This record gives sequence, structure tokens and C-alpha cells, in this order.
Amino acid sequence: MSTIGSFALIAALALSGYCFLAGLLALFLSKHPASVAIGETARRAGIATFAAVLLAGIVLVVAAFNNDFSIAYIFHHSNRDLPAAYKFAVLWSGQEGSLLFWSLLLAGYGFVLRLRYKTDQRLFAYASVIIASVQVFFLLILNCAAYPFATMQGALPQDGAGLNPLLQYPEMVIHPPLLYLGYVGFTVPFAFALGALIMKYPGEKWIHITRRWTMVTWCFLTIGVFLGAHWAYAVLGWGGYWGWDPVENASLMPWLTGTAFLHSVMMQEKRGMLKVWNMSLIFATFLLSMLGTFLTRSGVISSVHAFAQSSIGAWFLVFIVLTLGVCTFFLVANRSYLKSEHKLESLVSRESSFLFNNLLLLVVCFTILWGTFFPILSEFVQGHKVTVGPPFFNRVAVPVALLLLLLTAVGPLLAWRKTSLESLKRNFLFPAVGSLAIGVMMIVFGVRPWEDPSFFYATMAAVLSALVIFTVISEFLRGGRVIAGKSHQNLLSAMIHLCHRNTRRYGGYIVHFGVALVVIGILGTPFNKEVEKEMSFGDKISICPYTLVCQSYTQDDNLNYANEWAIINVFRGGKQITTMYPERRFYKASGQPQTLPRIYPSFREDFFLVSDLYLVYEGRNETTGQPIIKAHVNPLVPWIWIGLIVMVFGTIVALVPNAAAVQIAATTPVRVPAHVGAGD
Amino acid sequence: MKFPIRFRFWVAQRSSAAISAPSLPALAAAGQRHGKSARRLFHAFILTAAVFLFMGAGDDTARFKDLGHRMMCTCGCGQVLLECNHVGCQSSEKMRNQLQAALDKGGSNSDDLILQGFVQEYGPTVIAAPTATGFNRVAWIMPFAALALGIAFVVYVVRSWKNRPEPALADGITIPRGSELDEFRRKARKETDL
Repeated sequence: MSTIGSFALIAALALSGYCFLAGLLALFLSKHPASVAIGETARRAGIATFAAVLLAGIVLVVAAFNNDFSIAYIFHHSNRDLPAAYKFAVLWSGQEGSLLFWSLLLAGYGFVLRLRYKTDQRLFAYASVIIASVQVFFLLILNCAAYPFATMQGALPQDGAGLNPLLQYPEMVIHPPLLYLGYVGFTVPFAFALGALIMKYPGEKWIHITRRWTMVTWCFLTIGVFLGAHWAYAVLGWGGYWGWDPVENASLMPWLTGTAFLHSVMMQEKRGMLKVWNMSLIFATFLLSMLGTFLTRSGVISSVHAFAQSSIGAWFLVFIVLTLGVCTFFLVANRSYLKSEHKLESLVSRESSFLFNNLLLLVVCFTILWGTFFPILSEFVQGHKVTVGPPFFNRVAVPVALLLLLLTAVGPLLAWRKTSLESLKRNFLFPAVGSLAIGVMMIVFGVRPWEDPSFFYATMAAVLSALVIFTVISEFLRGGRVIAGKSHQNLLSAMIHLCHRNTRRYGGYIVHFGVALVVIGILGTPFNKEVEKEMSFGDKISICPYTLVCQSYTQDDNLNYANEWAIINVFRGGKQITTMYPERRFYKASGQPQTLPRIYPSFREDFFLVSDLYLVYEGRNETTGQPIIKAHVNPLVPWIWIGLIVMVFGTIVALVPNAAAVQIAATTPVRVPAHVGAGD
Repeated sequence: MKFPIRFRFWVAQRSSAAISAPSLPALAAAGQRHGKSARRLFHAFILTAAVFLFMGAGDDTARFKDLGHRMMCTCGCGQVLLECNHVGCQSSEKMRNQLQAALDKGGSNSDDLILQGFVQEYGPTVIAAPTATGFNRVAWIMPFAALALGIAFVVYVVRSWKNRPEPALADGITIPRGSELDEFRRKARKETDL
């Protein structure tokens, strides 16, 4: 089995190497008659690379299902009694497998790109060569430094060491693939951008070609990041979802620059501006994706997520420096190609709101990068490491993020080129009054922003989220009313019609709405409550409106793990509302324990101010032998996950093509003023 | 809520200065009224900022929570001390007890002294965020410096773009300006009701 895998990997390296070199040659000799044929062989080699990497991936998964412990990777990450879904997840649960998975996704993206080459043969040829160069890098690592098909020495073990218990959770089967789809996916817009820069591609067509790629990739990364947060919440048992761990930060950084790119690229499409900026943003996004991989695998930064320290960090470092050098060289050499076509007319305009939005996103990104690397810098300068943990990020990134939220609310109300104060006032009045009312209500209901900075930030976040939500609602209502008036539809149909006429704009608004919901979910953090208690039969815990009564404990055993549950009855207002079963497992193969919290969102009792009742069975007190239960009440957290669903829905709406414009015969000639940008 | 005495004196001085300044008849012009309200706004802003900067936890439970969230557990879990959830974790239990004991001492045992005690015992990595001393200040300054530089850069870019010459237009095309442009806008609003 391992021989087939090894062969497939070597073949993939040879094919991608050929794709890169032959593709490059065809581009250099573009005027030579043989260049077309050479280019075609390069394209086909790229397609064949996908088949070879896919074969290697299939071999590894089949080896996991067959319990082939002669392959060291399978021995270290699987065992006989591991459930089937997790055997599939073995592919990305270790260093070598995850790199193979990364390579497979890249080959898959390359495969689709090379099949669609007729859209623009020359630009696609450049993009294909750039993707092949990244592919060669990953396949070199796989063949030379992180070989997934290495075999065990000596007698064959009867069973494997088992999969890390933290990864034995349904979300772990989908979180890494989605995150990787996001990370890897940014290679495609990066390749098109670099290709367009190298060949001085006229116009903004490369942006139109990559728009859907970028949005889909961004959507994958968004889901991946949020699923990671949800996994941390549902599995790690500390009651939180984001710990500012270096690896979490590594996933957030390309998301931030990718978000900035999605906004600023509209400036280039609509107004031919920010060309250097957009190139730099997509380059940064790709490099930050690589940096995230470097962080996880190099061991330079300690993290609970990190893979074992290995030599591949140096490979990534060289690759990042090399890529940075190439990108900088072409940015400088071809800067004349990136001149803006228009000028900015007013500070109060959509253009400048995009500039400030980009600035704030990048400042947050820089803060995270800075905080992540500061321990290394500190060790270099002071001779000892310092910890840069949640208090730093919360204190520095949160105020900037609030400014960003303000801009999310105000930006869509600004017109391209110039906005009159009168129209701003008219559009802003309802959202501003509504959001201020929310702030006043919070104070009336007992939130005291002056008592603690975290309450102040929570109040600000609530006011600004409300501002975003009211802005989006008012935009839909205004547009919907116009269409309803003209076409005599009801308001809801008119709003759907409106959305369909400009899916990108209104899909974007829906994404903003989702972001506001996510912020609402986060702002409940300062109001979290927790109680920890040893609980015997019949013991009670009171927390917020809940009374928890321990009914019993029970144990179970299966081939993979032994477990113990607490059976806790939950009462509210004297009435039993549910029974919860927080669990603690002991995995036999790895010999590691794992808690599995149980979460009860109170949607039925209080919909808008929903909170999670979060129970953790922490184990037994070694001295008394009594089980310990920790109960958290986390207000508003469910809105984070609802916000994610809304964000994904908004992205899907934005991906839908616009409805065809209605043709109306003009009775009188209309003079259209030149240079008026379309609304978006 | 406790403010340092020097700070309270400074606020009182500045506030009285702000109140007495407009009584001078020579400064009663409308422009200076604007200046006065701007200054008051500025003082209000400073005061609000100071409230949040100097705000400290009052009672011991709040101090325990505050200090416990400013330190990391040293068991290697990478979590904030009060969020370490390992049952039987020797490090976090010991550290929590130490923290409670330090708070119980009361009196002169300030937050900084307590944190220093932990640093001496567990090393500088026990503090969850860089301190505002020495080189560690750079950690706090850089993000805000980046924000300030970024804002300056954006303002520069916007100004230079505004001053850029108009792009050349094809013969016969004129860009509407002033009242003509306003007329177009009025018509557009009327036709779209927006």
C-alpha cells in the first residue's frame, strides 16, 4: 500500500514540476510556434497532478480503514476501534497527512482552473504556472521532509496509538477541510493577481474572473474559523470560544486581509482605483495563509494547536521569503501598470469609507500579527519571552474593531464619489435614533458602562451592532418601497426582487447583518457567570435563573472509550425545562481523558436575550471522590452561530448572478452624465 | 473607584479654568464660544478616558477575578489562570490559592505587588499580557502607532488624490458641476424616491 502512495507522490512531483517548467517555457517563448503545444502539455500535466495527488490521498485513507499500521502515520493517528468518520479524518489529523490534504486541495483548485482555461488562455496559463510552483513546493516537502508513507521499523504493532481525543468530535471532520479550503483557495486569486501583474494584463478582467473564487474561498475560511471557535466551545470545556491562541490568530489574519480585499477590489472595479493596494492585499492574504501554516508546524511559537516541532518550518520560511521577493519585485517593476484611473472627490464618499475600512482591518491584522510574534521579539531583545495573551488582544483589538463596526454601519450609506450631508442625515436618522435607543435601554435595564471597561465596550458594541442592523433594514426598506411603488408588489416580494437585481450589494448587506449578530453574541462575554461545585446525588447548584439538581451518574464502555455521565435536571422558575448529560471520556488507545460539555441554549425561554447553559463534568475530586460539575451561563453566545449562518447566506446571495435588467423603451432621449459610478 | 490624588487635582484645576475663561468680555465672540464648547468636549473626553483608565476593581472578589484573568496557568495548557479547567491541575489550584492568600493579606498588597510576587516565582511568562515597562511598552505602542500612521497615510492619499488633475475626456463630453450636478441629483432622487 505504501509503495503505491510513494509512487503517486513522486509522480505528482514530477508532473507538477513539468507543469511549472513547461508552462514557464511556453510563456517565455510565446511567439514560437511550438509554445502552444508546450503550454498544452503543461496544462495536461497540471490536470494529471491532481489525479496523482488524489491517488496518494486515497491510499492514505484506505490504509487508515484497513488498519495498515505498517505505515507510521496510520500507527500514530489511528487505531482499530476508531469510528469510520474519524478514520477519514486521519488524513488531516497529523503533520504529514494534513500537508498531503493541503496539496490535494491545491491540485483540485488547479484542476478546475485548468479545465476552464478557455475563459482567457494567456491569463490562465500564467495562473496555472504560479499554482504549479506552489504545488511543487508542497510536493517537495511531502517527498523530502514530511513523508506520509514512511513505514514502521521492526515488528508490526497490533494496534495504533489512536487519534487525539480532542479531534474525535463531529465538527473536526468538517472544520479542518473547510479551513484548508479557505487557506488554499486564496492561492487562486493570488495566482491570477500575480499573473495579471507580470503580463500587465489590461483592464480589470482578472478581478471579474477571480471574484467568485475569492468569495467562495472567503466563505470557506469564514466557516472554518467559526467552526474552529465552535469546536473550542463545545469540546475544550473552558466555556469560551476564542482564546487568542497563535493558531487561531493565524486563521484570522488572512480572513481580515481577505475581507479588506473583497471590499477594496470594488474600488478597482467601479473606479479603477487602488490597484497597487489590491495587489498588495491579495499577496498579503496568500502570504499570511502560508505564515499560518508555518506557525502551526515550525514550533517557533507554542500553541495548544501546534503540530510537533519539525524541520519543515525552515521550508516554509524560505518559501515565504521567496514569494515575498517575487511579489515585491513585480510590484515595483510593473508599477506603471497599476496607475489609478480616477481621482477621489470627497472625503465623505464610498471610496474613502473603503479606504478607512481597509485601514482598520489591516490595523487589527497587524495587531494580531504583532501580538503573535512579540514573544519571539521579546526573547531576542530582552533575553526572555513574555506572554501575549487575551488581555492584550482584548484591550488593543477591541476598540479598533468597534471603529470598524461603526464604518460597517456608515459605509453603505455613502454614495460613490460624493455624499451630501443632507442625504447622509436623511439616511442615517432612523438607524442612529434606533441604536441610541438600544443603548439607553441597556442602561435602563441595569448595564452600567461606567463601572467597568468591559461593560463600556459591551454597550458600545450593542449600540454599533444595532446601528449596522438598522442601517441594513432601512436600506432594504427604502429600496423595497421604491420597487413596490413602481411594480405594485408587496413589500417582501419587492425586497426579494431588489436583492435579486443587485445580489452583490444586498448579499453584502446580509453579510453585514450577520457580522452584527456575531458581535451581539460576543458582547455578552462580560456578563458570563460560572459556578463550580462537587455534586453528589440530589445536590443543587443555583446559577442565574437556573437550578441544577444532580439526579445520578452513570458509566458506559465501548471499544474506543470508557465514559462517565452526570445526569443533571435543569429547573427554571420551579419547572423542569430539560435534563443535561455532561460527559467525561477516557480513550483507550491514546490513554487520554476528555471532557464533553453539554450546552442548552434558552431559545424557548428568552429568544432575543438567549443564553447558553453550559455544563462541564470535570471529573472526580481525587481526595473526596466526589464528581465536580462546573456550570456556566453565557449570555447571547448562540447569536454568534446564527450570525455565521446569516453571513454564509449573504455570501451565497452575493454569488447569485443578478437578474437581467428590465428593458424599457425610452420615449425621450436621456443624456447620461459621464463618469457616474453605479451604486454597489 | 479610586483616582490618584494628583489626577483629581489636575481635573479640578482644568475644570475651573474651563469655567472661568469665558467671563472675559474680550473673548465673548462667537468663534470663542465654539472654542469653549470644543474645550469642554475635550475635557469630557479626557475625563471619560481617565475613568476607564484609572478604574480599579474595588472588592476582593472583583480583584481576584481581575488578577486571575491577568495571569496564565503555568501547567502548559496556554489558558488564562481562572479559565484553566483541568481537574486536579496542580498549577492552577496552587496559583489560585496563592492569589487568594495574597488578597486576604490586604493593606499594602497592591495589584502590582501581587503580580510581581507571581513573576518572581513563575517567571515573566505568568503575566498574560506584556507589562507597561521597558521594552514591553513597545508591544502596546505599536498597534496604536500603526493606526496613527495608517490614518495619516490615508489622509495623505485622499488629499493627493483630490489634488490630482482631472482625467482627459473625449471631445464634446462635459462633466456637470455645481447647480447642474445638483439638478441631476434632484431628478435622480425624484425618479427613484431615494
